[in-house]
Amino acid sequence: MADLRNDFAGIKSPNPFWLASAPPTDKEYNVVRAFKAGWGGVVWKTLGLDPHIVNVGGPRYGAIWGADRRLLGLNNIELITDRPLEVNLQEIKSVKRDWPDRAVVTSLMVPCEEPCWEQILRQVEDTGCDGVELNFGCPHGMSERGMGAAVGQVPEYIEMVTRWAKANTRMPVIVKLTPNITDVRYPARAAHGGGADAVSLINTISSIISVDLDNFAPQPTIDGKGTHGGYCGPAVKPIALNMVADIARDPVMASLPISGIGGITTWRDAAEFITLGAGNVQVCTAAMTYGFKIIDDLVEGLEQWMDNAGHADLDAIHRRAIPNVTDWQYLNLNYTAKARIDQDSCIKCGRCHIACEDTSHQAITNMVDGERRFEVIDEECVGCNLCVNVCPVENCITMEQIPAGDMDERTGKPVSDEYGNWTMHPNNPMRDAAE
Amino acid sequence: MVDRYLEDGILDSRLGAGDYDENFGDAHPPLDAHEAMVAADRCYFCYDAPCVTACPTAIDIPKFIRQISTGNLDGSARTIFDQNILGGMCARVCPTETLCEQACVREAAEGKPVQIGLLQRHATDHAMSHGRQFYSRAAESGKSVAVIGAGPAGLACAHRLAMKGHSVVIYDARDKAGGLNEYGIATYKTVDDFAQHEVDYVTAIGGIEIVTGQGLGDDLTIDDLTTKHDAVFVGIGLSGVNALGVDGEKDEAVASAVDFISELRQAEDMAAIPVGRRVMVIGGGMTAIDVATQAHLLGAQEVTIAYRRGRDQMNASEVEQNQSASKGVNIRHWIKPVEVTKSDSGSLHVKMEYTGLSDGKLAGTGKFQTFEVDQLFTAIGQTLEAGGALAGITLDKGRIKVDDALRTSNPSVWAGGDCTAGGDDLTVTAVAQGRDAAESIHAALSA
Repeated sequence: MADLRNDFAGIKSPNPFWLASAPPTDKEYNVVRAFKAGWGGVVWKTLGLDPHIVNVGGPRYGAIWGADRRLLGLNNIELITDRPLEVNLQEIKSVKRDWPDRAVVTSLMVPCEEPCWEQILRQVEDTGCDGVELNFGCPHGMSERGMGAAVGQVPEYIEMVTRWAKANTRMPVIVKLTPNITDVRYPARAAHGGGADAVSLINTISSIISVDLDNFAPQPTIDGKGTHGGYCGPAVKPIALNMVADIARDPVMASLPISGIGGITTWRDAAEFITLGAGNVQVCTAAMTYGFKIIDDLVEGLEQWMDNAGHADLDAIHRRAIPNVTDWQYLNLNYTAKARIDQDSCIKCGRCHIACEDTSHQAITNMVDGERRFEVIDEECVGCNLCVNVCPVENCITMEQIPAGDMDERTGKPVSDEYGNWTMHPNNPMRDAAE
Repeated sequence: MVDRYLEDGILDSRLGAGDYDENFGDAHPPLDAHEAMVAADRCYFCYDAPCVTACPTAIDIPKFIRQISTGNLDGSARTIFDQNILGGMCARVCPTETLCEQACVREAAEGKPVQIGLLQRHATDHAMSHGRQFYSRAAESGKSVAVIGAGPAGLACAHRLAMKGHSVVIYDARDKAGGLNEYGIATYKTVDDFAQHEVDYVTAIGGIEIVTGQGLGDDLTIDDLTTKHDAVFVGIGLSGVNALGVDGEKDEAVASAVDFISELRQAEDMAAIPVGRRVMVIGGGMTAIDVATQAHLLGAQEVTIAYRRGRDQMNASEVEQNQSASKGVNIRHWIKPVEVTKSDSGSLHVKMEYTGLSDGKLAGTGKFQTFEVDQLFTAIGQTLEAGGALAGITLDKGRIKVDDALRTSNPSVWAGGDCTAGGDDLTVTAVAQGRDAAESIHAALSA
């Protein structure tokens, strides 16, 4: 069986699945349930200074759904913990004592004044927890008070506070980044420059999830008003993957541990994050949707895939996809693929046809010899993959590489066996001199 | 009570009072809002969708289902009514398993089609129960059209003509409008007087007068009507029934299935309707299924359908056959009646001959079996019955011949529904023909 034991910035856990700092990790009760279910670690819901903050007394969440009301995206306006600091510290201490093999990291958010950080870090260190995560990410509420994303959007602040944290604790310091910026490498480099032991990302994305059309107010609606919240769940995963990869590819940060966060719902999602550079992953929305039991298949699915593929441990897959992430300009423009429709598994819904016909390249029939039939017209197919993506039957449509030397019916030329990218392309006025 | 259930003869009150309400409740209860959303989410919004092709009225099914899933129930109903103003009844009685749902790509994919019929009912019930009227009359055209028969074809025709601004008078021989919908469909398929609600809903557009108690015949002739009106539409269905053609069928214990279904539909009290303990139904269509199932629901202990050919040749759909069988009806194939005699005890002895195919043709085998029953229903097809009233109009195999525009050999007369040749005797087809005849009439009157 594949070895899933994880060492993240010196913090050990039996598997790489941590619960992210969020409602599921707000109390000992929840965290103990999570550990009993098998979660490898938790990042305790963000602590602040007393007097503790208060939350709204109305709805805190909004959502978007796919078919069958499957939750795809969740938006929240909840703030950091609304319990007294001492209560949280006592519970963290208790949990860590009872569950020594699990990772317990404490998330923190206090004002940008060094004494505040010094004070809370000392108190947290007393709990015996494994590390701290600096919450520079929450885009709502706390950011209005100069904390959370308000810090995370200014690299100089990130570096300054990270430096304070490192100066005031011996615990590993993880800096949690906000995606509400233009280029995540700048805040990540700032954290790195401030001495962070690791970064974690992404925090939630600023969002208005929906508008109540009866009352003309954003949702969730509090006494007739709404405000932007933080967006998370399966819908944000692609954004998170890209940001994780951006940091992992940055030569300056190649060895900086990354805790991957953002829409992780299945073992496959987790594996993808790890291959793009995440040293472990944090999960929240999936647990909030289905409960802690999803840890079973997160662990077993990952193990099974690793066993089947012959990957012995997490190091065997860590960063494995990074060499294959490149810039568009280096993609091989001579690579040629065409869609292929398996007629046996085709259910004749026609969505490939209409997608191609209305919005793309008119490369799929809907009628052949008077019969309803969907076939790829190689002369028109650019291999764009849209048909694959809209087909309701998995693997009914696949993309097939046209071997070098074979004719591309669209261009009327044989497929080249040479690598040729945009930097070398004759249409590129800036092309490198190839000769 | 149990004694009466087991007692031979044709008796009323075979069941307890509460049993009737349960037995004749809605056969396919409507979807609630959650069920409708789940069902609607399964639709793939196919291009050139096979379900639409399979629908005789060509309702834009992917569109109306998408409208359900986006919470636009009014729009969904309108999409249905645009093509089929009797979409509410069709949602209840269409053999969807052989039409739209058979064509559904999810039937191909998983053997479980989208529940198109129930979704159609969800949308149309919403609109009708909220009194949503989507159509209004065009300016008065000054033209008048007679519609004979207030069944599905006649109502659909009248509604479309009214939309075009024509004045319509519907004549119907019976006491109530609705035709087959009111008199010919099993009670549990259309509960709560739905057929009459639908007549009201359809005629609410205005410009439609319904005259009941006047059918084509002595009081009403095609000549009179073509004189009085600018055009005539005939949608009189098939009111005659075929005879078995065997000795003994005149016995009072032998009844027409059509009449029995009609009696049940109009009954105030199901317990008052007498039914045999042992009931046999001769036939293989929906009428046979409907009468057999309802006889059983009335308390007939043993109900047998006897059909002279095999299961695959039955006009009743497989789903209907299975539902009937699941309610306890026994379906016998390859068997036909040859003689009915009265026994001393008052029961009927139905002598049956086993049949088979000989050179591809149905033939008797010379082997016989006699069944003892209390009541025998015939459901072996219906015929066009208008006597001399249709004189001058060309028939084809006993039904009215129409051209592609639903026009008869009399240029002032159009026809549609079961009374015309070449149809498939479905409510939904009658609606399509009524609607299309109205368009044809409108084109002729506007020329």
